[in-house]
Amino acid sequence: MIPADEDLLGRAYDRRLMRRLLGYLGPYRGQVAFAVVVALADTLVQLAGPYLTKEAIDNGIRHRDLGHLDRVALLYLGVLVMGFGLGYLQTQVMQRVGQHIMVDLRMALFRHLQRLPVSYFDRQPVGRIMTRVTNDVDVLNELFTAGVVSIVGDLFTLVGILIAMGRLNVELMGVAFSVLPLIVVVTLTFRSKVRKSFREIRTRLARMNAFLNENLTGMSTVQILNREPRNFEEFRRVNAGHRDVNLQAVFYHSVFFPVLELVGALAVSLIVWYGGRQVMWTGITLGTLVAFIQYTQRFFRPISDLSEKYNILQQAMASSERVFDLLDTAPEAAVAPATERARLDPLRGHLELDRVWFAYRDEDWVLQDISFAVEPGERIALVGATGSGKTTVANLVLGFYGPQRGTIRIDGRDLGDLDPRALRRRMGLVLQDPFLFSGTIESNLRLGAPDLDLAELQRAAREVHAHEFIEQLPHGYATPVRERGATLSVGQKQLLAFARALAADPDVLILDEATSSVDTHTEALIQSGLRRLMQGRTCLVIAHRLSTIQDVDRIVVLHHGRVREMGTHAELLERRGIYYRLYQLQYLGGRRAGFRVESIEPPFPALMARIVDSSMDLA
Amino acid sequence: MPTPSRVREAHPIRDLSARLLPYLARYRRGLAWGIASVLVTNGIALAQPQVLRLAVDDLYRGVTAAKLGRYALWLFGIALASGVFKYLMRRFVIGISRHIEFDLRNDLFAHLQKLSLGYFQHHRTGEIMSRATNDLAAVRMMLGPGVMYLVNTVAVAVVSVGFMLAISPHLTLFTLIPLPLVSVSVWFFGDRIHRRFEAIQAHFATLAARVQENLSGVRVVRAFAREEREVEEFEALNREYLDKNLGLIRTWGVFHPALSFLSGVAALLALYLGGREVVAGRITLGQFVAFTVYLALLNWPVIALGWVINLWQRGMASFQRIDEILETAPDVRSRPGALTPSHCRGQVEIRHLSFTYPGAHRPALRDLSLSIPAGHTVALVGRTGAGKSTLLSLLPRLFDPPPGTIFLDGVDVLEYDLSWLRSRVAFVPQETFLFSVTVEENIRYGVDRASPEAVERAARIAQLDSEVRNFPNGYRTLVGERGITLSGGQRQRTAIARAVLRDAPLLLLDDCLSSVDTHTEEGILHGLRSEMRGRTALLVSHRVSTVREADAIVVLDQGAIVERGTHDDLLAMGGRYAELHRQQQLEEELEAS
Repeated sequence: MIPADEDLLGRAYDRRLMRRLLGYLGPYRGQVAFAVVVALADTLVQLAGPYLTKEAIDNGIRHRDLGHLDRVALLYLGVLVMGFGLGYLQTQVMQRVGQHIMVDLRMALFRHLQRLPVSYFDRQPVGRIMTRVTNDVDVLNELFTAGVVSIVGDLFTLVGILIAMGRLNVELMGVAFSVLPLIVVVTLTFRSKVRKSFREIRTRLARMNAFLNENLTGMSTVQILNREPRNFEEFRRVNAGHRDVNLQAVFYHSVFFPVLELVGALAVSLIVWYGGRQVMWTGITLGTLVAFIQYTQRFFRPISDLSEKYNILQQAMASSERVFDLLDTAPEAAVAPATERARLDPLRGHLELDRVWFAYRDEDWVLQDISFAVEPGERIALVGATGSGKTTVANLVLGFYGPQRGTIRIDGRDLGDLDPRALRRRMGLVLQDPFLFSGTIESNLRLGAPDLDLAELQRAAREVHAHEFIEQLPHGYATPVRERGATLSVGQKQLLAFARALAADPDVLILDEATSSVDTHTEALIQSGLRRLMQGRTCLVIAHRLSTIQDVDRIVVLHHGRVREMGTHAELLERRGIYYRLYQLQYLGGRRAGFRVESIEPPFPALMARIVDSSMDLA
Repeated sequence: MPTPSRVREAHPIRDLSARLLPYLARYRRGLAWGIASVLVTNGIALAQPQVLRLAVDDLYRGVTAAKLGRYALWLFGIALASGVFKYLMRRFVIGISRHIEFDLRNDLFAHLQKLSLGYFQHHRTGEIMSRATNDLAAVRMMLGPGVMYLVNTVAVAVVSVGFMLAISPHLTLFTLIPLPLVSVSVWFFGDRIHRRFEAIQAHFATLAARVQENLSGVRVVRAFAREEREVEEFEALNREYLDKNLGLIRTWGVFHPALSFLSGVAALLALYLGGREVVAGRITLGQFVAFTVYLALLNWPVIALGWVINLWQRGMASFQRIDEILETAPDVRSRPGALTPSHCRGQVEIRHLSFTYPGAHRPALRDLSLSIPAGHTVALVGRTGAGKSTLLSLLPRLFDPPPGTIFLDGVDVLEYDLSWLRSRVAFVPQETFLFSVTVEENIRYGVDRASPEAVERAARIAQLDSEVRNFPNGYRTLVGERGITLSGGQRQRTAIARAVLRDAPLLLLDDCLSSVDTHTEEGILHGLRSEMRGRTALLVSHRVSTVREADAIVVLDQGAIVERGTHDDLLAMGGRYAELHRQQQLEEELEAS
């Protein structure tokens, strides 16, 4: 559905927005100027037709001058050929410019989106951002291709007709132009009616589609509740509403076109009547009369075009406002040149959280006064029940969010002072449900290591035991990955994520272990791969597997956003506190994974909600 | 998208047309009027050049002002009369196409309502939507403008060419040469443009998907510092999109000027050759003017002809796709002579039930037998994929079980009338589907008459009442996009209220308390227990607290029953159920610490 704010249309002209929009024409100044010249030339050529007809009739046919008729015909042919060429050029140049601007704008938006802080995406549904990048940009394209140049062209055509008529006969020009106000009135009335009815049609169509979509998605609910007859009646009503507004529009069209033709006929009648008397008494020629009739018929298009431009302008202003709004949103912490070195310097891997408090919203503390340190090369497991704040710790360490109170330090430097991008290049992330991008297995492995060749990627894959199954895929490393890896099993995706992280060779590894159960063979592969991945680097693991927990150096137990226990596996078990109970639960759960009651925590709840949200937006 | 030629192979056009005919037949009177109007309006309009001919010839010879005035009046009168019929033509023909679209969409919807869950699992909603919108629009375009312009073109062509021949056969022959080219190029380019346009749309979808992926995976993109790569790849996609668009522009850019050019050439030929005829004295100047006007009148119909051919091709292909849905036989339906007993006790008997989903390899249920006396409550427990939901969905025949496997009151469920059977069942599925209507209407969904008090009572039992009262408009609050978003627990409780209100002898609850906290669950169960008295209930749950009081608990694994008995029996048995129990105790302890 269209969110409410998409429907608002305001002014058709806003100087500030317009100036900024026209700025995008800048790089194509030359082409635009050329298009204007072509448009003017095209108008001239178009206006030559009736004049040549007059020439042919008056000086060729009536004077029985076949030579003149030949010359006029030749000229006429020239005019036709030129009209063809100019018409072609005009569309080409303007559409080209429009398309290029569209790419420019879309790229500017996309580039900007890559720099916005992650928290921005918590607030804005993906669907809405998508609309900016797609629909709004399209609307602006319309402005550039159909708006700017053709307004000039239309005005010029009207003026041109006026001049051409005036040169032939001023009095008759007056007669012909007397119908102009009528054309304007009829067209404007029609346009405003149609605009209103078009808006109504859109609302009704949206309503009908929403009803249809809802009923198709919830069909089994409808059926099981025996609601078919009532829903059919409702659909009939909605459908009838849609039909009726359309019939209204059909009515307007049915009236408009005949009325417009009637106005045209009125002009012709007037010219025949008034001009005919002139032919007899003041000796204007028959050719002039014919030319006048033809000129009058050319009034209609530019006027109808111009009245349409208003709509385009109005929509373009609304769209550009939204597009610029997004472009003006402040990006993530700027890249300071001094910190640029961080990109190159490997980290030692000393990580410290110092009295960190964090809330996604207001005072709703997810983390409270968290302090712990990870020595270089140390492996730490974060353990806790769902909602204890483990994932949030990972989010903060990666710099997706900044803590409200306290500091996070890496190698003794405040995370807030470092360039997040350079920092993340030295860090690795493995998610519970590894996010695979569309592309191939190879391109997914290369995600964090763009410079590695296939052999090096394969080596990484081999070390974490991903190579075997990749080799068995239909096209090996070139196998396409579709729909976020829907065709791969959970275990396979895990192994891929390990290989991906190993290939990137991070100094600090953050790993959110998957809870889902896999068969024993894969389980063994995963464990062994994980051990290899954690070797020799600082690791922060959100651990679910018993074997992983036993493998780490130290365990931090989070409970309701606080650090409640810390120590080695044996120490904590001995304490018989929270960890002890968690461990028992895990142990039971590990044996009977299917019986686990705790639902699997999605890697980033807000993110998952967003994905679900946006898929609904798109539908 | 199937190409038109493949469509014709699959389904003879004649068959399709025959199926379209009834829709047209309903409006035959209106259509007859419409087509008559097309003919009349053209008949009148084509008299105009004749008046012009007389006027011009008279002017040449000398004429009175009064006579000129009369000609002018004639011209205006002709336009007026033809305009009236032109109005009627549009209103009738285009209007009828809207009515047919309405009828066809209703039929489509009614048919979709008959199709089973299996159909909707195998056909994406988006695809069905596109049948009901885009394809229907294409059919409407074929029957509206498609019919109107076809008749119009034929009428104008016959009359104009007739008059032109009467003026000068020789001239007619030459000037008409470019016109078929116009039709052909509209048809040719129109099809090409349409296809290119569709390719562009498809690419646009790729582009949009790419943006969505990037935004949804924003954390991974950042974590791997992938931003620049993403920009590069997006740019490449954009370039490709640009190229496709420029390709369309090239075709489009030729198309329009080419049309003007071709009709211009016809006018030029008339001017040049006709001028010679006048000079040679074979035709009068008036005839010459009339001739050029006839030629101009032919312009639009000739363009329309090419367009009409495209409309028909697209329209038939679209109708074929719609027809595919209409021709799909519903696989779950009442048999002839289906039973609708006046009373239902609610005794359920399942005998050696094995069930495999259509298209699946492994059976979802294996040789399952279970007898539930009327009024008993049976709880189903088991891991995800054990077959619990499948079993529940077979009772109200969301899928048809094999014959002779599920019996209600001793009769195979397949023997019952479908809507009778379903109205004996109150089913709360795992995923609650709410409609974008008010909370009250959502609770009343499927119950024709229910007093507000009854709705509130059901909501109270589902522990929803107090929350609903805090909504901005209470029970009249809209749910969904335009209203409020309910939490998972609220949704589930709405579905429970819905089931309570339904007051059916058979109650099926599929893990419907999973998003509700323990305390609220306690309350709901308390209320439900008195509701379940006298009703047969089957409930699926993961929580021991929910199932412990059931008359019997059945543990399912891989589609088969592995344990069954009461809570105490199963605890004593020390099997899977006992383990589940132990695990939940631990969790409670942890929660308390």
